[in-house]
Amino acid sequence: MDWVSLLLSLRLAGWTVAILLPVAVFAGRFLAYRSFAGKGLVEALVMLPLVLPPTVLGFYLLVSLGARSPIGQGWQALFGGPLVFTFPGLLIASVIFNLPFAIQPSQRGFESIPVALREAAACCGMSPLRALWRVELPLAWPGLMTAMALTFAHTLGEFGIVLMVGGSIPGQTKTIAISIYDKVQGFDMTGAAVMSATLLAISLVTIWLTFWLSARLGRRLS
Amino acid sequence: MLLSRRLLCSLVLALTPLAALGQTDTPIIAAASDLKFAATEIAAAFKTETGMEVTLVFGSTGNFATQIREGAPFQMFMAADETYVAELAAEGLTRDAGALYAEGRIVMIVPKGSGMLADGSLESLRAALAAGGVTHFAIANPDHAPYGLRAREALQHAGLWEALGPKLVLGENVSQAAQFATSGDAQGGIIAYSLALAPEVSALGDYALIPAAWHSPLQQRMVLLKSAGPVAEAFYAYMNSDPARAIMERYGFALPQ
Repeated sequence: MDWVSLLLSLRLAGWTVAILLPVAVFAGRFLAYRSFAGKGLVEALVMLPLVLPPTVLGFYLLVSLGARSPIGQGWQALFGGPLVFTFPGLLIASVIFNLPFAIQPSQRGFESIPVALREAAACCGMSPLRALWRVELPLAWPGLMTAMALTFAHTLGEFGIVLMVGGSIPGQTKTIAISIYDKVQGFDMTGAAVMSATLLAISLVTIWLTFWLSARLGRRLS
Repeated sequence: MLLSRRLLCSLVLALTPLAALGQTDTPIIAAASDLKFAATEIAAAFKTETGMEVTLVFGSTGNFATQIREGAPFQMFMAADETYVAELAAEGLTRDAGALYAEGRIVMIVPKGSGMLADGSLESLRAALAAGGVTHFAIANPDHAPYGLRAREALQHAGLWEALGPKLVLGENVSQAAQFATSGDAQGGIIAYSLALAPEVSALGDYALIPAAWHSPLQQRMVLLKSAGPVAEAFYAYMNSDPARAIMERYGFALPQ
């Protein structure tokens, strides 16, 4: 069992969720309430990572974050090291890759709030921020919960992008999925089987827990 | 809200200590896949003898060369083919021109129960092809894996490349090709001698050396990269020591004098 890789995957998934939670709240809410010119295009852009092969995304990230790119060179100047093949580089890739998984369910969550309820909150003199906190978030919570669970589980299962921008460095970019791939190549089928079963169990529990929690919340709210 | 708030708290708690875990200070060495078993053994001997540790990462030589150009944090590169090292050296990405450390050989390997015999002259493969007994044959990807390129040269030399084309399965590196070749789903493959000699692989099939004259030599060169520290330097020197050379010889490598 490759604990370093499992911990790395959990760390990557945790950070991805932490970064995407506020993004999901504000982008999801914005897309749910507002209609504007080009909204369809924005929604399509958000969904793009879902349909693009991870290798295409990985290729663009490698080119745009690499040592010969302006972003890569800027990062090098600031932090004295490369961005690709490091944990921060992997995190950027993971955040971009998970945008649809975070924003879509969140948008549906906010869309399900009746307009009358939001107007009532405004009529009561609630500030937009207070209305968000006291009225909208509790109602959109099941959607947000799904968003976070999908993001978390999906990050654990990420493979193609990690292969392209990761470099399989233990403790830095060798996630559990890559470690399983390496184990199979190294003829360690037992190791691969143990880790695959662990990953299966963690993913199942994450998603099951979310469904259970949203069902519980849904009952309490209704 | 209480439950979910607790969930969030535990999430935050989980993130903080993990941020410190899993950081490796040991130098990372990129090694060609044919070294999977040999270099792992040498690194273990290096640790026992010197108390110093290196982290080995295995992959195809061509991919590593690309990653080094993109700034991968490797301190040393052990290539399966010296042309990649020469290119990196010309681009100023290495400390010097490096040193030859081994010459590799290729073998034909067949899994147990395959209809074919392991045969270095590839005559058994020719016969099986003619009889329609080959559905899949594994080699490493010739585009970026040196062992794949040599496998292609040997197959071209034997005049089998065209006929075998549609049956080929390509491993991302020679280690994956070995995995494919011995899985039982392919009738055989051409892989590195050093991998075939590892007990994990030889338990799965029979192999035979392909004549070295059938392909351009696999001159394996290692080089320190610009970021190399003292531990990587020590490992680089250790590759030339008697214990390391003994291990390399055991895995079928011809060594420079």
